[in-house]
Amino acid sequence: MNDALRHVWTIAKRELGGYFNSPVAYVFIVIFLLLNGFFTFMLGYFFERGQASLAEPFFSWHPWLYLFLVPAVGMRLWAEERRSGTLELLLTMPIAPWQAIVAKFLASWIFLGIALALTFPIVITTAYLGDPDRGTVIGGYIGSFLLAGAYLGITEMVSAITRNQIIAFIISVVICFLMILCGWEPVTNLLVTWAPERVVDLVKGLSTWYHYLAFQRGVVDFRDLLYFASVIGMSLFATGVVLRGVRGA
Amino acid sequence: MITVENLVKEFGSKRAVNGISFTVQRGEVLGFLGPNGAGKSTTMRMITGFMPPTAGRVLIGGHDVSESPIAAKRLVGYLPESAPAYPDMTVHGFLSWAAEMRGLKGAGRAEAIRRVSGLCFLESVLQQSVDTLSKGYRHRTCLAQALIHDPEVLVLDEPTDGLDPNQKHEVRQLIKRMGQNKVIIFSTHILEEVEACCSRAIIIDRGQIVANGTPEELKARSEFAGSVTLRVHGVAGDTVRTRLAGIGSVEKVTVGGENGQVSARLFPKVRTGHGELAKAVAEVVTREGWRFDELHTEEGRLDEVFRSITMPDTAKSQS
Repeated sequence: MNDALRHVWTIAKRELGGYFNSPVAYVFIVIFLLLNGFFTFMLGYFFERGQASLAEPFFSWHPWLYLFLVPAVGMRLWAEERRSGTLELLLTMPIAPWQAIVAKFLASWIFLGIALALTFPIVITTAYLGDPDRGTVIGGYIGSFLLAGAYLGITEMVSAITRNQIIAFIISVVICFLMILCGWEPVTNLLVTWAPERVVDLVKGLSTWYHYLAFQRGVVDFRDLLYFASVIGMSLFATGVVLRGVRGA
Repeated sequence: MITVENLVKEFGSKRAVNGISFTVQRGEVLGFLGPNGAGKSTTMRMITGFMPPTAGRVLIGGHDVSESPIAAKRLVGYLPESAPAYPDMTVHGFLSWAAEMRGLKGAGRAEAIRRVSGLCFLESVLQQSVDTLSKGYRHRTCLAQALIHDPEVLVLDEPTDGLDPNQKHEVRQLIKRMGQNKVIIFSTHILEEVEACCSRAIIIDRGQIVANGTPEELKARSEFAGSVTLRVHGVAGDTVRTRLAGIGSVEKVTVGGENGQVSARLFPKVRTGHGELAKAVAEVVTREGWRFDELHTEEGRLDEVFRSITMPDTAKSQS
């Protein structure tokens, strides 16, 4: 394994260990699963629909669920390092800063992936009751995972700005919320009434909501993949810029 | 081994470090002294590559810290000021992580952990989590992390801060021992520490080097260095003054005392070799048949030199 990958793996392993060494991880997973169940079966009228589909009752809630849960997972990434001074330790190790940034992102993303994977009983239930379209289920999961990644990237960036986790959480939620809103139908419908169509499209194109919808229909479009990849890429890049500022450049 | 050239660091309009240059060779233990806020930690952060300098450069083993940071950082072990460690890990887990970051694996890693936990007296807490440790243990855990890859260069920011007197002693011994074949730079407020383990000391004030030399050289800058103190009984102060002032090489005599005791301090005209003035004083004492219970030559005190260099105004008014 080459040096850079080894460093990324060493840091990511420590971060993941950090989640599972504390009760926070288990509490988080339980809350995530309970909320998923609640939304799907109670608010999503899973049974009353009489349809073997996950898109509406299950995946459509994820942007709202992640809005609070992803910042909760990612808020400590850099804020905690800054508060406790371990940032100085980490960045004087013989590594490049981007390796630490990517490693932290991957560790949290893997953690969110594990939580998401644990929703599998819902898929089994649907498959038992009917015959769901396999494409929409797989597409939905891919989209959901990417959505979590996009929110996580933003949270990591915000977390580098402050040494206070609560502030990191609140700012991340606000940014993620705006990113849902600008493609959410009630908002775009309002926008259409006065803004030119090109502006509406542009604003919609920036929204996680808009790109996430396609995955729920089972469509994995290159443009949507590119959108999520660039949100993640840009926020990690921004994290690097912020960290350079923190180190007094 | 380490070359620091014209290092400058600005935070906004404030210059925290203002043109510091020095070199350190292998086998040297360099003590970094200075009042709080003098720029010690900032300088160390630039040497270890945590902060990029505003101007100037740092070479470690020939590698420029700004241009090839990874090669330079490989040679360095660093103990930051607050001795941070990840609170959610065990001591063993933390050291193992540090070893892995330094590229140690398998048996080499296990051996390195054994070695540093022995050096820093951590064997009894290896399985304890860092956030349950007392301050002294946490400090030594972070020190162990700095030693894990047996680095050629050690940068220690206040390595004895928060330790009890025995632990302080142990750490000083450790620094002295390791200093024989490494380069060690450490900062401290404790001046006796400098005398105990430094081969050279640098005093920094307001971002600049104000003194650079061996502890002996620095002490010699004290205004009392080379003066002789004498304490006698049953003699009048004036007699003492006249007799002592008769010694040829004396510049000035000050006399004080109470309860039949007289203390005299003699300042030589030129600071000649050790004990010459004391010898002359001893001759006077024998000739006059004075009873005395103290006669010694002042070496000069580091704390006094430190004060007179870093706070020239107050030091003068007190002496």
